[in-house]
Amino acid sequence: MNVTLQVWRQAGPSAPGGMVRYEANDISPDASFLEMLDVVNERLMAAGEVPIAFDHDCREGICGSCSLMINGVAHGPNKGTATCQLHMRSFADGREISVEPWRSRAFPILRDLVVSREAFDRIIAAGGYISAPTGSAIDGNATLIAKDEVDTAMDAAQCIGCGACVAACPNGSASLFTAAKITHLGLLPQGQPERGLRARRMVEQMDIEGFGGCTLYGECQEACPKLISIDTITRMNRDYLRAAVAPVRAVVSESD
Amino acid sequence: MELRSKVPAGPIELKWDKHRFEMKLVNPANKRKFTVIVVGSGLAGGAAAATLSELGYRVKCFCFQDSPRRAHSIAAQGGINAAKNYRNDGDSVYRLFYDTVKGGDFRAREGNVYRLAQISVEIIDQCVAQGVPFAREYGGLLANRSFGGAQVSRTFYARGQTGQQLLLGAYQALEKEVARGGVTMYSRTEMLDVVVIDGRARGIVVRDLVTGKIESHAADAVVLGTGGYGNVFYLSTNAKGSNATAIWRAHKRGAAFANPCYTQIHPTCIPVSGEYQSKLTLMSESLRNDGRVWVPAAAGDERAPDQIPESERDYYLERRYPSFGNLAPRDIASRAAKAVCDEGRGVGPTRLGVYLDFADAIQRVGASTIRERYGNLFEMYGRITDEDPYRVPMRIFPAVHYTMGGLWVDYNLMSTIPGLHVIGEANFSDHGANRLGASALMQGLADGYFVLPSTIGDYLASEKPAPVDTTHPEFRLTEGEVADRTRKLLAIKGKRTVDSFHRELGRIMWEQCGMARTATGLEQAIVQIPSLREEFWRNVNVPGSDAELNQAVEKAGRVADFLELGELMCRDALHREESCGGHFREEYQTADGEARRDDDRFAYVAAWAYTGDHAAPRLCKEPLDFEYVHLAQRSYK
Ligand SMILES: Cc1cc2nc3c(=O)[nH]c(=O)nc-3n(C[C@H](O)[C@H](O)[C@H](O)COP(=O)(O)OP(=O)(O)OC[C@H]3O[C@@H](n4cnc5c(N)ncnc54)[C@H](O)[C@@H]3O)c2cc1C
Ligand code: FES
Repeated sequence: MNVTLQVWRQAGPSAPGGMVRYEANDISPDASFLEMLDVVNERLMAAGEVPIAFDHDCREGICGSCSLMINGVAHGPNKGTATCQLHMRSFADGREISVEPWRSRAFPILRDLVVSREAFDRIIAAGGYISAPTGSAIDGNATLIAKDEVDTAMDAAQCIGCGACVAACPNGSASLFTAAKITHLGLLPQGQPERGLRARRMVEQMDIEGFGGCTLYGECQEACPKLISIDTITRMNRDYLRAAVAPVRAVVSESD
Repeated sequence: MELRSKVPAGPIELKWDKHRFEMKLVNPANKRKFTVIVVGSGLAGGAAAATLSELGYRVKCFCFQDSPRRAHSIAAQGGINAAKNYRNDGDSVYRLFYDTVKGGDFRAREGNVYRLAQISVEIIDQCVAQGVPFAREYGGLLANRSFGGAQVSRTFYARGQTGQQLLLGAYQALEKEVARGGVTMYSRTEMLDVVVIDGRARGIVVRDLVTGKIESHAADAVVLGTGGYGNVFYLSTNAKGSNATAIWRAHKRGAAFANPCYTQIHPTCIPVSGEYQSKLTLMSESLRNDGRVWVPAAAGDERAPDQIPESERDYYLERRYPSFGNLAPRDIASRAAKAVCDEGRGVGPTRLGVYLDFADAIQRVGASTIRERYGNLFEMYGRITDEDPYRVPMRIFPAVHYTMGGLWVDYNLMSTIPGLHVIGEANFSDHGANRLGASALMQGLADGYFVLPSTIGDYLASEKPAPVDTTHPEFRLTEGEVADRTRKLLAIKGKRTVDSFHRELGRIMWEQCGMARTATGLEQAIVQIPSLREEFWRNVNVPGSDAELNQAVEKAGRVADFLELGELMCRDALHREESCGGHFREEYQTADGEARRDDDRFAYVAAWAYTGDHAAPRLCKEPLDFEYVHLAQRSYK
């Protein structure tokens, strides 16, 4: 099959960018979207041109590296599908396809379709964990966890941290990402002691990073390759409010 | 080079405890004076970096992805083993130890494997404490499933995303330490060399993948948790970025490379469909709990699977291995699939495939239970092949998946370069010639959470490395070499792309050093690979510059290393005149086509020392003794 691509090219973080047109001819409909880009890049290089930079690694929808706006939709047309799992058979022959990076204040473009998502790491660092230093654990079966509870926690824990939720949100909010972690850990008995503090710190970090606020458009759950529900955001807001009214006790850091 | 395994003396159950007592400790106040570099943020590296920081060391951690959470461990599907015996089905530390030594076809060190089995139990507790949502039974207890090569149910899992959940646990612990100031994380940073001063590993040289800048980092010890090298075959189940550069560079600086030819070809992957194919997708081995593997009984049968009656199907694993059936170990299942395809009984458009059929299981337990167990795998299969595995049997074929070989390490996980430790898939340690399913996650986490954090203390306390910083001339020298190499790649401006070389290397490796190897084929490969390498350095086309984000430069450097490593793998395979585990030499097989080991000649670890770009590597041997699990031909019949 043949498609025409309009691809965002930008040589560096502060370089100007723009859309460039490429003809992608003789592409197998069984190729994945990224394999189609591989073919285009091979041809560009053969012609002595600089290939299109894009993030990818596992190519099976789990690492969260791939991150393309395809025809204005995060990860393209198929629901619950990351870019790397999208196949060319999902596009009509002869179609024009636009390919752009995630656009968000908090995700600066590094080159072409590659953005920096370090803000996500900092949100996790702010509190997206259960403190359990190695060696201190009790037997795994000592705490019973009801099956549906762990299943619901797992639904949220599946987040791959790709950032599609941010890219899809008209406000550029990172609420779905943050709420997924708060929900995962907050549903488990092990996660209770730090639950309030976790919600407060993560939400505050989200604001510090420059992500927008959530007005429940719901675009994020439509774009999420793991179909994480915005119910998690309600949960996050509840935990956050509860923590915000609770008295704050100083946290003692052992490195002092 | 003398290889001292340093496995402690004494009864196997007491070795690790005794060793832990005998090792020197670093006093808590002194720990923060030591800097440890951890390259890699997968299960092994992530767990090690977090734990070392919790202990009080200053840690610098590196990964080439944009976030430590994206390490290739994230893709592991099926599960992680532990000898908890929660099922009361006869499991024990000793049985896991026994299964692993036997599964590895008697080519692993007993002392290491026993320790791994012991620690397996603590890993599950640790991960539960971090909030890893392992599957649970209705009563709230942890659930288990079975994996190949075992007759007990000891695999813990989180749907089909076990690696993801375990890695997120380690990643979150790592980020907690980043926030506390114990770990400095360097993402999008690739290690391109290790710096050795006075015979000890004292730092690394890296390239910032965003700016292209070459920089040095000094430390008191260096840890590599950089994963496996399966991508030498171009097509594999590994992530696209997985590479051998870190371990290969360390090898060239003096670290012996052990058993490079031991590669695991996984039996259940989605078959190749076309030339554009960039990677192969694994279907977790856990599917073999419920799926039955078969091909038509007659060669050339082109009927659709539902048109082939039971009597004309050959459930060849159940037929050949009645007691393990579809759960025969990976090496055996893969070779059996190759054998039936060689007989012309393969299925699918390329005839390089066998069926994995769930019809019986769906009838027995219902489609909803199957969906619950494997839903995401079925979905993934459907997406890739455009077929519905609930109705049509899956088509699967073996693919390169894991590398048992890696840098040689002693019981303390230290390589032959003092101060350079190697953990996870990057080392050679625990799986012998074949890894059992669900054991890589176990080993990576055992190394990272429990073994290395203890043993590195002993190194630091005994060696007391002298202070060194990056102004040392050795850093300048290494930086210069690294920069030169990148410049050289960019200056070639030849006609062929990096991928075209990589694909060609992969074809050679798959044909000559894949599922079945022969002396003739390997000898041919040892001629073909150097000539391909020579063409690469003359005719590769790497566009762009070195002072920017340049994915072609990254790839070129990695492929250049694969072009060297591939040759070493073939040399190792050629020298090992026996068949064992994943290494199958056609000349050495039993009358019924099983691997024939030669314990008299080859019960050793083959560790290769680098002797120069134009010299043959030197073979060093570490003999293997089997005191507990007696050498015997493996039987899964
Ligand atoms: C599809 C798939 C499914 C699997 N399923 C299972 C399973 O169910 N059970 C099981 O036990 N095992 C499974 N395995 C095997 C297992 O996942 C791996 O062996 C294991 O996760 C490897 O972990 P690691 O920490 O050693 O390396 P990795 O997770 O590969 O991490 C390597 C790290 O090193 C970094 N790195 C590499 N090179 C450099 C460099 N030069 N500079 C800087 N950083 C570098 C990377 O950025 C990364 O952070 C599976 C493997 C695959 C491919
Ligand atoms: S490349 Fe890993 S999720 Fe797409």
